[in-house]
Amino acid sequence: MTNPLVNPVPRPAERREVSREELAAATRELLDTAYRLALVAMHEDEATGRVVHVFLAPGRAPVELVVRFARDNAWMPTMAGISYAAGRFERVNRDLYGLEPLGHPLPHRIVRHGHWPSGYFPMLRDADPDPVFDADVGQYPFVEVQGDGVYEIPVGPIHAGLIEPGHFRFSVVGETILRMKARLWFMHRGVEKLFEGRTPEAGIELAERISGDTSVGHSLAYAVAVEQALGLDVPSAVHHRRAMLLELERLYNHVADIGMVVNDVGYGVVNTHASRLRETLLRHNASVTGHRLLRGAIGIGTCDLAGQVDVALLREVAAEVSELIAIARGNHVVMDRLTATGVLSLAQAESLGTLGYVARASGMTVDARWDHPLTTMPDGAAYPDLAGPVVETTGDVLARFMVRAREVTASAELVAWHLDHLSGLDETAVAGMSAGMGADANLTAAAADPPSGLGIVEAWRGTLVHRVELAPDGTLSRVRPVDPSFFNWPALPIALKDTIVPDFPLTNKSFNQSYAGNDL
Amino acid sequence: MSASPAVAPDLTSTAWGLLAVVLQCCVLAAVSPILIGVMRQVRYRMEGRIGPGIWQPTRDLLKLARKEPLVAPGVRLQGVMPIAMTGTSLLLVALLPLMSTVTIPLVPDDLFVVVGVLLLGTVAIALLGLDSGTAFGGMGSSRHMTIAALVEPTVLVAVYALSIPVGSSALSAIVDARIAEPVSVVSPVSLLALVALIIVVVAETGRLPVDNPSTHLELTMVHEAMILEASGRDLGWVEFSSWLRLAGLLGLVANLALPWGVAQSMSIGGLAVAIVAIVVKVMLAGAGVAAVEVFLAKVRLFKVPELLAASFVMAFLAVTASYLVV
Repeated sequence: MTNPLVNPVPRPAERREVSREELAAATRELLDTAYRLALVAMHEDEATGRVVHVFLAPGRAPVELVVRFARDNAWMPTMAGISYAAGRFERVNRDLYGLEPLGHPLPHRIVRHGHWPSGYFPMLRDADPDPVFDADVGQYPFVEVQGDGVYEIPVGPIHAGLIEPGHFRFSVVGETILRMKARLWFMHRGVEKLFEGRTPEAGIELAERISGDTSVGHSLAYAVAVEQALGLDVPSAVHHRRAMLLELERLYNHVADIGMVVNDVGYGVVNTHASRLRETLLRHNASVTGHRLLRGAIGIGTCDLAGQVDVALLREVAAEVSELIAIARGNHVVMDRLTATGVLSLAQAESLGTLGYVARASGMTVDARWDHPLTTMPDGAAYPDLAGPVVETTGDVLARFMVRAREVTASAELVAWHLDHLSGLDETAVAGMSAGMGADANLTAAAADPPSGLGIVEAWRGTLVHRVELAPDGTLSRVRPVDPSFFNWPALPIALKDTIVPDFPLTNKSFNQSYAGNDL
Repeated sequence: MSASPAVAPDLTSTAWGLLAVVLQCCVLAAVSPILIGVMRQVRYRMEGRIGPGIWQPTRDLLKLARKEPLVAPGVRLQGVMPIAMTGTSLLLVALLPLMSTVTIPLVPDDLFVVVGVLLLGTVAIALLGLDSGTAFGGMGSSRHMTIAALVEPTVLVAVYALSIPVGSSALSAIVDARIAEPVSVVSPVSLLALVALIIVVVAETGRLPVDNPSTHLELTMVHEAMILEASGRDLGWVEFSSWLRLAGLLGLVANLALPWGVAQSMSIGGLAVAIVAIVVKVMLAGAGVAAVEVFLAKVRLFKVPELLAASFVMAFLAVTASYLVV
């Protein structure tokens, strides 16, 4: 064990140049050695195009596979057969950059909005920032399930509740769902493009607004990535304060969703009290950072709090949540509705590369707070409850519900631990090994490549990664955020198999993925 | 066309019966939005919320009455069915012995007629749901008919059990007999039948644990799914008719359980007492339902038939017992 006062440092990525032909073999090798594909970013350099594939493995340095090609010969071999996530990233690059994935088995559009003019690739450098939108002439074919008594239910993109836009197409016999296809991607705002040319400081406010409920997650991942690109040494105290904000964000979102899941089975009294607790937490957020959604505290290399974190209040809320959970679990109808509904098996969760509480509810031990730590974490012997991620095994709505319920308690205790730990820290002390690390990493990279950094953060929905590159004048040349929702959305239709239609809202709520974080 | 003296008493009783029925309809119509207000307010307060007060549904109704409905092209029944539903609800209230057991001799308040009228309202709202042409409307209608198919027989059998000791299937006769012999209310037959009735009334009027009246989740709705496309005045009628139906059915159950206060003949004093009695009984029953709902969650749709089957079994046992116990 290292000195407990020294923070683990984000390790610089190990960068490997591969050709298009070598990519598949290199990917397979990494995937076979416990790495997962976490991010794919396309870059436009002067005469060449460059695709960076970021692979992560717990406790090891990230690996970046970089593929270069001439701009006039832009295509990529598909890796959809090796990794499901890779296939989806390729479709994103095709829709945003026109980079064709050759041999892709499912080459349907993904990000591309129906009204974009044909041949319009918004991320290209010379793309018109204000194109004339066409009529939606493109096809979005849904598989029509044939058979006696099969009918379709289209839902959305506008819904009755205050939720984000998404269209769900159910093929149903009686009440049993045979197939569900989600059409998301109604929310493209060009966030990645908006980052370009901003100063790193001005990027914070944009990162905070990628997905409103994940302000801390996105801005923290962004800030860490920028700091790594700049080779900036960040004091341990700052990291611990940020970790507290991350837990505060987890707390208010978990509390709200716990109430909503129970509300979806008509047990409104739990939701009423969960809403009250959420409001308590939001007001506490406002007193800590000056903003109810915790905005404005995190900066490049800094984390300034406007007020004190009230640990007693957080523990009180956590205790009340435990009481609510006991009330909900005491109602046999609630338990009957949650148990064995929307099951995602461990094998399915692993093969799709799910993250966050969705993965942990199916038995995967994936949590960036332990896999890619930015701070020291509590000693497992002294704090057995905080020794590692909260994991359940059944993969149903109840498991996702319970992971979040248990994380509420754990988060409150983590805040207390971080606060405690902070009191023993020198405000300016920097974790020993980090000095100049970011800069060193960039020296080993190809001389032509601009300085880059990776930010890996366990936001409340799961592991969130930002990759940032800086232009020579110090502005942002490329920011590529990947929200855990990008990996988790495909798990929803799979969990819905053999579920009945009235259980869909419940299952969907237990996943509660971001539409805005998914569609940048 | 000379009125023979023999017909005269009939004419008077018809006039009295008409008066009683009209008064009953007016009272229930006025009370039903307040009943909903009370039920919601009870729920809010028990959940620790403030709530908008008991007049909110009345205000909503008055607002909707002034609003023009939006009707999608090709939809034909949207203007008709809400009126038809209100008509069946009023007819239901007219037929039930809520305030008095005085009836119009020509119109039987027979059990089978009442169940028929109940079914008419059910069909009307199901047609409204289908007519909108949306997936939700059809889905709601299909679920509603599934539930109705299980509810209506139970209503029949439960009230039939109560009618056996009386020897008449007229509801007013059953209530009369209960006033005459209050002990019969706590007989096993009566208790079994009442429990069965309460369950089916809850299912019929779309309350928890069968349907969640306050949900915004289209895919889980039953009653709400059918009226999603209704708007303005039409929505007002639809809401009013289902509230009236709930008030009437709660009143029936309340009168079968606590028959006191029901006027057995026409007199100003008797009617005044009857009005107060039915308002208090309906409000108490509604508040009771709302209070219990706070502790209930909505059962999985496929468990609804199990619940209704249980209530049918109870009704059936009541019938069996009524032959054995007499």
